[in-house]
Amino acid sequence: MTDHSVPSTTAEAIQPSEASNRISVIRLMGSRLVWPLVSLAVVLVFNAIFIPSFFAVEVRDGAFYGSLIDVLNRGSIGIILAMGMTLVIATGGVDLSVGSVMAISGAVAALILTETQLGMWAVLPCALLVAVLAGAMNGVLVAYLKIQPIIATLILMVSGRGIAKFITGEKIITIGDDSYNYFFDFIGKGHLFGLPFTVTIFLSLFVVTGLFVRMTSLGLFIESVGANETASRASGIADKWIKIAVYIFAAFCAVIAGLIDSSNINAADTMNAGVFTELDAIFAVVVGGTALTGGRFSLTGSLIGAVLLQTLMTTLYTYGVPSDVAPVPKAIVIVAVCLLQSQVFRTHVRRLFGKGAKR
Amino acid sequence: MAESELLEIRDLRKGFPGVQALAGADFRVRRGEVHALMGENGAGKSTLIKVLTGVHERDGGEVRLDGKSIHPRAPVQAEALGISTVFQEVNLIPNLTVAENIALGRQPRRFGLVDWRAVRRSARTAIERLGLSLDVNRELCSYSVATQQMIAIARAIDLDAKLLILDEPTSSLDEKEVEELFAVMDRLRNQGLGIVFVSHFLDQVYQICDRITVLRGGQHVGEYVTSELPRIELIAKMLGKEASDVESMEAATAAAHHQDAAAISNESDEQPVLQTKQYTRRGAIQPFDLTVRKGEVVGLAGLLGSGRTEIARLLFGLDSPTDGTLTVDGVERSGWTPRRAIDSGIAFCPEDRKVNGVIAELSVRENIVLAMQASRSLLRTLPMKKQLALARHYIDALQIKTPSTETAVGTLSGGNQQKVLLARWLVMNPKLIILDEPTRGIDVGAKAEIESLVASLRRDGMSVVFVSSELDEVVRACQLVVVLRDQKVVGEVSGDDLQEHRIMEMIASSHD
Repeated sequence: MTDHSVPSTTAEAIQPSEASNRISVIRLMGSRLVWPLVSLAVVLVFNAIFIPSFFAVEVRDGAFYGSLIDVLNRGSIGIILAMGMTLVIATGGVDLSVGSVMAISGAVAALILTETQLGMWAVLPCALLVAVLAGAMNGVLVAYLKIQPIIATLILMVSGRGIAKFITGEKIITIGDDSYNYFFDFIGKGHLFGLPFTVTIFLSLFVVTGLFVRMTSLGLFIESVGANETASRASGIADKWIKIAVYIFAAFCAVIAGLIDSSNINAADTMNAGVFTELDAIFAVVVGGTALTGGRFSLTGSLIGAVLLQTLMTTLYTYGVPSDVAPVPKAIVIVAVCLLQSQVFRTHVRRLFGKGAKR
Repeated sequence: MAESELLEIRDLRKGFPGVQALAGADFRVRRGEVHALMGENGAGKSTLIKVLTGVHERDGGEVRLDGKSIHPRAPVQAEALGISTVFQEVNLIPNLTVAENIALGRQPRRFGLVDWRAVRRSARTAIERLGLSLDVNRELCSYSVATQQMIAIARAIDLDAKLLILDEPTSSLDEKEVEELFAVMDRLRNQGLGIVFVSHFLDQVYQICDRITVLRGGQHVGEYVTSELPRIELIAKMLGKEASDVESMEAATAAAHHQDAAAISNESDEQPVLQTKQYTRRGAIQPFDLTVRKGEVVGLAGLLGSGRTEIARLLFGLDSPTDGTLTVDGVERSGWTPRRAIDSGIAFCPEDRKVNGVIAELSVRENIVLAMQASRSLLRTLPMKKQLALARHYIDALQIKTPSTETAVGTLSGGNQQKVLLARWLVMNPKLIILDEPTRGIDVGAKAEIESLVASLRRDGMSVVFVSSELDEVVRACQLVVVLRDQKVVGEVSGDDLQEHRIMEMIASSHD
């Protein structure tokens, strides 16, 4: 199948294996993961010096507690959303509706638990259905109707919260004693292997997604569509289906995040569930080194980006910064990390310090 | 005579990294004439215009306007000097009014505010100067493309222009609209304006232009009075051939083609790989019949914009037809898309490599396996070992010069990018490969390699559709050449007839 008699004279032999090894090291060092990791390290070192208690971990009832554990637990929603957002952004899109989809998912779960006797085994398929419907709507608007992703998903961002309110009858549904469900409670508050169950959720999502996109050619197709849509189509890639798939995946992540959120507070609060989480997810992806223009993506980068954001927030709260002021320092850090990643900015800095490096 | 020279360019030079776009170009335009600037791709037409309008700065040579040496450094400066340009795409703002568009950026002011009455008045004057009557208060987008083009011209000459450059103004116009445009051009010519007309429609050039200047390879070939230059001469000059050249080459190629023709006629009862009947796309290409047989290289020849690329895109399903039928392996196909074309064993290397071809950000390996991966189901991903083996095989076989299999394709040279694209399709072992200008923008050595590759593919029984503006290439590579002019198939040549001068004659002949 590959054997083709093409005019071949033995050209200058190249040693691809050797060269590619070197390239992969350069790729690791040069761009993506370095700056979010460095920033995370800086925040942690800062904490080590000024808030030593940040690293304190205590064991109670066979489970670990402490600020670090807290970061992972509270950060789980951001991390899970960032996984979905990474793939959407890699195709050159963006999904603003994930916060509202969280609210819908929480509302559906609360409704099923309070109004029916079906319990958890009805919640999961219904949540999945919500994800498929929401994602397919976004995906079709973007892929087939060619609406700008930011507008297409804004539709569901705005209307989604309305749908959630309609489901709950415009009030907060409390999942109280009478509708108590052990499994649902476990999602947000349970412990597994001594760690919050949310850690298991985001780690498995990260590992499964990472393996799936890299072991199959899905990752290649996503990057290809994001980098050059017309050329991808001309190579026979089903670009429209790829797009619909990533929006469904993003909605799936949002639904899981919504379940965690409502399990955490034992209620479906459609007014406040997932507000601004879409923006945090976008931040995490960008900080993690995936360009908003699409193309190459890094799930690991997004994971680090989301952990960095949560570490920062937890640090600020530990310092007693009021929650309505906290976004300001957060914004400063985000801008700083983005600048560090920018080739242009680094060149300017280098020129400023007179090293005269060309790149 | 000398005093009536409006524009005089002498020995203009301009180089870009890797190419000398202009290497001593001369160009003169008089007041009150329409002067065609002709040349194929890479002749230096657009560079000359860009230097003249201040987009690029020249490396050497002289530009005189009205006898004074000028040095525009930006389009605004060129406009202030009286050189105005209207490009193919209308560079106006659709939802502003006609008057606003004409005044944009130079609104008359009174007490620091825009004087809207003066804006409308000057717009009306500008429109009337072209002999048009339209409402300057209506939104631009409510008018047709042709009218918008006229408004762009009105905007351009509102600046007391002396020289008007029209770069491919007729590409998006229909016949009636072209007539309207020519009426306006005629009017402006009588008002004493010098007009530079760039177009690849020969009929239009012969209809409206007084004189013709031909550029080739960044150099001045000659300046001619339109009525004294037969079309075939013009084409020969644009393509860089002499009548005598052509004849000596004929003898050499004729014998070879004779054999090929015989071979083809023997197989002619075999089912064609691909066949079209009255296939067409409105506004792009008029109905055409095309038959490609197994092991045959079919050439599409014609000047730039004659419809070559349009046919190639239709055959691969990148554009959808408005009428006609397409048959592949004897089965009529509708809803033709690249996916279906690939599944039927058709491959396509496009002319605009960077837009429709390689994916610059991805690595050489990823680009090479892309089409094959896309043809397999998601769960049947090629193992990395296989991917590397394929990539290395083709890097060797096609002599792709790349530091490694993981280098981003965007960092390679044009010729190597082209080879990566070829490799992507050769991996698929297609029945028919469509090559649109495969030798464009690559060096001579790589050109020869690609030509010999085409020959070897054909020996293996692959069919090829070969598009090129280089006639000698077409004649060498093909057994059958379809000749196009002005978005229309005007004839076919094969066997003993397959000679450069025959093709040129067919391109030159005016409407029947």
